[in-house]
Amino acid sequence: MSFESRIDALRREIVEIDPGEARALSAHGAVLVDVREENEIARGLAEGALPLGRGFLEQRIGPAVPKRDTPVLLMCGSGTRSLLAADALRRLDFTDVRSVAGGFERWKEQGLPYAIPEAVDAGARERYARQLSLPELGAAGQKRLDNARVLIVGAGGLGAPAALYLAAAGVGTLGLVDDDRVERSNLHRQVIHRDDRVGQFKVESARATLAALNPDITLRTHNLRLTRDNVESVLGEYDLVLDGSDNFPTRYLLNDACMKLGLTNVYGAVQGFEGQVSVFKPAAGPCYRCLFAEPPPAGAAPSCSEAGVLGVAPGIIGLLQALEAMKLIVGFGEPLIGRLLLFNAKVPRLRELKLARDPECRYCAPDAVFPGYLDYQAFCGGDSCSGAAHAETADV
Amino acid sequence: MARINVEIPEPLQPLADGDTTLTATGETVRAALTECGQRHRMLVQRVLTRGGVLRPHVNLFLNDSDVRAVGGLDATLQDGDTLTVVPSVSGG
Repeated sequence: MSFESRIDALRREIVEIDPGEARALSAHGAVLVDVREENEIARGLAEGALPLGRGFLEQRIGPAVPKRDTPVLLMCGSGTRSLLAADALRRLDFTDVRSVAGGFERWKEQGLPYAIPEAVDAGARERYARQLSLPELGAAGQKRLDNARVLIVGAGGLGAPAALYLAAAGVGTLGLVDDDRVERSNLHRQVIHRDDRVGQFKVESARATLAALNPDITLRTHNLRLTRDNVESVLGEYDLVLDGSDNFPTRYLLNDACMKLGLTNVYGAVQGFEGQVSVFKPAAGPCYRCLFAEPPPAGAAPSCSEAGVLGVAPGIIGLLQALEAMKLIVGFGEPLIGRLLLFNAKVPRLRELKLARDPECRYCAPDAVFPGYLDYQAFCGGDSCSGAAHAETADV
Repeated sequence: MARINVEIPEPLQPLADGDTTLTATGETVRAALTECGQRHRMLVQRVLTRGGVLRPHVNLFLNDSDVRAVGGLDATLQDGDTLTVVPSVSGG
């Protein structure tokens, strides 16, 4: 059978619809799928269309359209390849496939809305090729990553893996806060540092690694400890905060500042073989204080240096934080807002719990007026809330 | 009387003879914790104050829900429920 005969046969079998009808149907639950090549889509994409391409259509359609009875409207440049694509989806048991007659060219002729998609340059196309091909990310998602400004507090066990992956993914501006120096005992988990950098400031060591990994991003280092006096000037340069700190005063300070400034805080914490991850987004869900209103008494929650930590545990938690940050920036998946993820490396097990918002939280309740910053060292009962005498029976 | 599992986080397991999970019975969360306290006094003291209030640096989840959202310490238990203790940890 010739190609022309094949197309003629498909026109008799597959319902063809006008672009205007396609737009109306897509507004009522049908999925409009554009199967043109990337260079064609760069010239315009119909409003609401998913640019899945033809080459990987069979692989990509499942995640994009999980239910086989969802109406799928295929669009190409002029209405020929969309017939072939519709036929391919029929073979995958999609029961309602239609082809948009005249394709994108007729869509434009009819004055229907379309947009010029975000594009990335040749260097970015090569560097990020494997994630650009994900429909959930694509050039638009890559642009969002490039425009993002993420502050990682702590260049340690959590911050190290998070920074590596966020830098590699192309977060355009990455800030690092830490005032510690690299110690040899850090290296089993803080994999951004190296043995020959022992004694260097962590932010400088991290900068060297990240710049070598991805020279296309902007790195900012803040060689300081966050305090109530400097927190707003530092956080004010960023859109998203990742809490990889190792002490309660910083965790409460970060929470309070993020709530005041309206910044989302990607939380992570570890001890031993266990870890916790959540996302505290102002107005959208609970905050850190809704989960833990106050810090434990000194000594009741020992630090990693006292209790020990398996290097892989903060590695996994830090990467989960990086994942949450990417979800928030790009807009795919379901961020852990209002949910707490618990990780146990021994079993191993990931468990999700539903968080409740404290209606009387002074920092995030809808009608709360910011009560001001505290003396966080005093609030936490000492220099770091850790390392003091054991006080497991004290009333607090 | 409901029979439930109480999941103990690693930092508190030394206070539960090293166990990761305890079984307890009781009609309510408070009753189950009180029963646990008869065997593991120090453990329950880390969760509740002497006045019987949940400590502000510890959270309890009944199955998947914050216990405060489902009735607090007076929440009614069913056979097979899981009570999870989640302490605040600061490590990073």
